[in-house]
Amino acid sequence: MLTSSLVLGAAEGASHNGINGGDILFQLVMFLVLLALLKKFAWGPLMGIMKQREEHIAGEIKGAEQSRAEAQKNLEEQRELLKQARQEAQVLIENAKKQGDVQRDEIIALARTESDRIKQSAKQEIETQKEQAVTAIREQVASLSVLIASKVIEKELSAADQEKLINEYIIEAGEKR
Amino acid sequence: MHHEAPIYTFLGLDFNLANVLMITVASAIVFLIAVLSTRKLAMNPTGIQNFMEWIMDFIKGIINSTMDWKDGGRFHVLGITLIMYVFVSNMLGLPFSIVIDNELWWKSPTADPVVTLTLATMVVALSHYYGVKLKGTAAYGKEFFKPFWFMFPIKIIEEFANTLTLGLRLYGNIYAGEILLSLLAASLATGVGGHLAAIVPMLAWQGFSIFVGAIQAFIFTMLTMVYLAHKVSNDH
Repeated sequence: MLTSSLVLGAAEGASHNGINGGDILFQLVMFLVLLALLKKFAWGPLMGIMKQREEHIAGEIKGAEQSRAEAQKNLEEQRELLKQARQEAQVLIENAKKQGDVQRDEIIALARTESDRIKQSAKQEIETQKEQAVTAIREQVASLSVLIASKVIEKELSAADQEKLINEYIIEAGEKR
Repeated sequence: MHHEAPIYTFLGLDFNLANVLMITVASAIVFLIAVLSTRKLAMNPTGIQNFMEWIMDFIKGIINSTMDWKDGGRFHVLGITLIMYVFVSNMLGLPFSIVIDNELWWKSPTADPVVTLTLATMVVALSHYYGVKLKGTAAYGKEFFKPFWFMFPIKIIEEFANTLTLGLRLYGNIYAGEILLSLLAASLATGVGGHLAAIVPMLAWQGFSIFVGAIQAFIFTMLTMVYLAHKVSNDH
């Protein structure tokens, strides 16, 4: 019976005639108090932290976007610099090449003139040497032929005739040459 | 069997002490849940804080679906408190009821029409208050004659009907749930056969009552916001 009365309680409900003014008042006051307390102790701080997080996230996103833009700018700058450096290098190489060509030509020209000069002087020296040799030979031939002739014609010709004869031969020989 | 209510008269007002007790218990539970779950607030939330933030976003969604956040933001706290209070109240009567000396002490506070109608009246009164406050008396008064002047009596009736249906819907659902629970419990008490016959429907109905309690809490909050939006928004 106890269980039965215990469980049937809700089914029957509370019977009461008239309006429970006190309940109304109590419910109203209690709810408003609950509202105020929760606003102060629970929902207020919770909303605060949610708002704070919202701001934090917004700030982070903004920061990330900023740093991304900065990185992009830096990249662009670096790219530009690289391009410039490459161009400069190209120009340097080109210049070096040009200079090298010029230098080569100069060196070659210098060498050519030098060699010409050397050749010229060599020729000249050869010429003088030849001249000297010819003179020397001529003198020797003269004396030799005098010697030979004197030995051969010692008895038949006088020295004056001999010399005359030899000079004639030499002049003849010079003309033939 | 007929249960009496523990009535206590004070200063000419009748207090049903069972209601007083249950209202206090429900409020205390809501307060404890809310405060304990928001004690350690962190920027990156964990556990119970996540749950509370989910509730807040849920209420925010309800408000946003009925009115501008510019107007409705001020009802956020009301909505959260209302849904938590109604839900906890609905749950209180589910596990058991307590009758002492033929007087019913432990039940859902929302299984009493006085309590639900008080909440409903409070909501409707708030809607009128904010209607006057936000739109001005003239614009508030004109709403009663839109779209045609002869709609005025219907509009007046609508206000009372809103109050009644808002309160009685909640009361009816919870009260009916508790009646069925107690009937099932009564048959549980009739012996082995009753045990076997009643235990499955008992489990099923308790589960369903939890569902109904949650749905009713949601509906109550939703309709609160709808009524507030009707009075507050300009486009209706």
